[in-house]
Amino acid sequence: MNPAVLLEARNVRRAFGSVVALHDVSLRMHAGELVGLVGPDGAGKTTLIRALVGLINVHGGDTLVDGVSWSKAPRDARERLGYMPQHYGLYTDLSVDENLRFFANLFDLPREVFQERRAHLLGITRLEHAADRPVGALSGGMYKKLAIACALLHRPDALVLDEPTNGVDPVSRRELWSLLHEFVGEGMGVLVSTPYMDEAARCNRIALLHQGNVLVDGPPQALLAGFHHTVFQIAAADRRPIDALLEASSDVIASTPAGERLRAVVRRGREESVRRALEALGATVETALPDFEDLYLSLVADSDAGKTA
Amino acid sequence: MSAVIEVRDLTRRFGDFVAVKSVSFQVERGEVFGYLGANGAGKSTTIRVLCGLLSPSSGSAIVAGHDVAKAPESVRLAVGYMSQRFSLYPDLTALENLDFFGGAYRIPRKERLRRAEELLAAVGLEHGRDALVSSLPGGMRQRLALAGALLHKPAIVFLDEPTAGVDPSARRRFWRIIRGLAEEGTTVFVTTHYMDEAEYCGRVGLMVDGKLVALDTPSGLKREFVPGRLVLVRGSLLVLDAIRAVPGVWEAHAFGSGLHVRGDPTAMTDDLMRAALQGSGAIDVSIDPQVPTLEDVFLAVAGQPGSGG
Repeated sequence: MNPAVLLEARNVRRAFGSVVALHDVSLRMHAGELVGLVGPDGAGKTTLIRALVGLINVHGGDTLVDGVSWSKAPRDARERLGYMPQHYGLYTDLSVDENLRFFANLFDLPREVFQERRAHLLGITRLEHAADRPVGALSGGMYKKLAIACALLHRPDALVLDEPTNGVDPVSRRELWSLLHEFVGEGMGVLVSTPYMDEAARCNRIALLHQGNVLVDGPPQALLAGFHHTVFQIAAADRRPIDALLEASSDVIASTPAGERLRAVVRRGREESVRRALEALGATVETALPDFEDLYLSLVADSDAGKTA
Repeated sequence: MSAVIEVRDLTRRFGDFVAVKSVSFQVERGEVFGYLGANGAGKSTTIRVLCGLLSPSSGSAIVAGHDVAKAPESVRLAVGYMSQRFSLYPDLTALENLDFFGGAYRIPRKERLRRAEELLAAVGLEHGRDALVSSLPGGMRQRLALAGALLHKPAIVFLDEPTAGVDPSARRRFWRIIRGLAEEGTTVFVTTHYMDEAEYCGRVGLMVDGKLVALDTPSGLKREFVPGRLVLVRGSLLVLDAIRAVPGVWEAHAFGSGLHVRGDPTAMTDDLMRAALQGSGAIDVSIDPQVPTLEDVFLAVAGQPGSGG
């Protein structure tokens, strides 16, 4: 049997006044699946998330929770979801424990149930030693972990997180992601939006949203296999003229420093002319394997080029 | 070389808590200096002292020729500061915001407008000049905040996590502006949680629990803190514990969909690793040499998950 579809957007359209945020978006999140939502600023990620968790209505199509349209969903539908918005409001003058207790009361958790879940959540988020600390004194990474713990107190089947790692350091970021993988391993469905492509590459499936449409949707490896440009690693004694050339060339989709070298995504069919121009400036050019950020930049650039052409 | 920032034994306490512990370093004119560390390591406190916004508890800091303890006003006029939550007025246009900040710096009205237009062009916001800030996407707001920090032509600009939550294309564009500033002689002091961005810095300092524990060029840091041989292992059904048991392997962790494995350059052979992985059921195993990243350095210096906050 296929895993249940926990959340679904079917041909969703949503506008704000004359601005259409979502044109025609379809997306599914199954139980036991970690879905990454990526896309440039203003692509519609937060709007889609808010529609999926039933916070805003849609102007066309439908959003469903557990196969039931939000418009017809029973009152307790939202209790099946944990939702962590970009700015999750914890009480900074209350302690970690008091925050957990407050959210437990909102969900009417019986005392024994709360005690058991509190212990479990403080354990997996490694916040036991901070239980009495005021939330205002927590580091950014600890704050986010507590926010996740609060969103999980009522044991939702699905967890939705909007850019949870903004401003979180690499060690805590890694910890957050292994936490998400644990949840998914236990059968929860997780939908997470992120501006960071190394994080997106850790998902089971990625949807790239651009200007209110889904450009691609699939497992990271399958999407990478469809990458049809070329990545160059470029080494040179003086990087500046190389940088200027890459910046000016319409055959270069993206260029970025990578350690002491430069990394460039070059349009298919234009590899040889770009290579010759670089070598004329004294650079050494090697071909490299594409990563997810290369793919992301190419897809967005190709889509923009298609629209202006 | 001329130092524009000279920090000696700088300490800053908040009650019993020591946020910055006897930190010393120098930054040269025109340098892009990266300041890294976990959440709560003391980065923002250091920046606030160097901007003349907080006084040192002990030690000294000379910034652009002024002592932060004796002449904080002069320091504030000589530096630009873009804080983590940069403050822009959402109901004013981009140009009106700059005009307002220029007024706060007492730039005469005529020059203020000329300077504002000049900076809007420098950060690529000419077309957004009359747009309300509330309607601008994150990447454009962030460039506007940078323009605001540069209005009074500071010798040094402090950027505290300027790119948190900004999409990949916008981040690239932002860093291109930063490099341009440095080439024109402006000193850039920047904090970030994104280690690919730290690669753009000339030198990088790493803070752990208030102490500056490492300071060098990105390649120098990698040689010192990530010695040995690093490889990227890809394949299906990779078992982390199997690779950790291979003789000569010092450490292994998940990296994207593969594994990062580091160990003794002679003892840790591809054949041994392949045999161990295939023995535990892995298929399609490939092993490629990797250049260490600053994320590897960060994890080596700032500790493994769970060690801190």
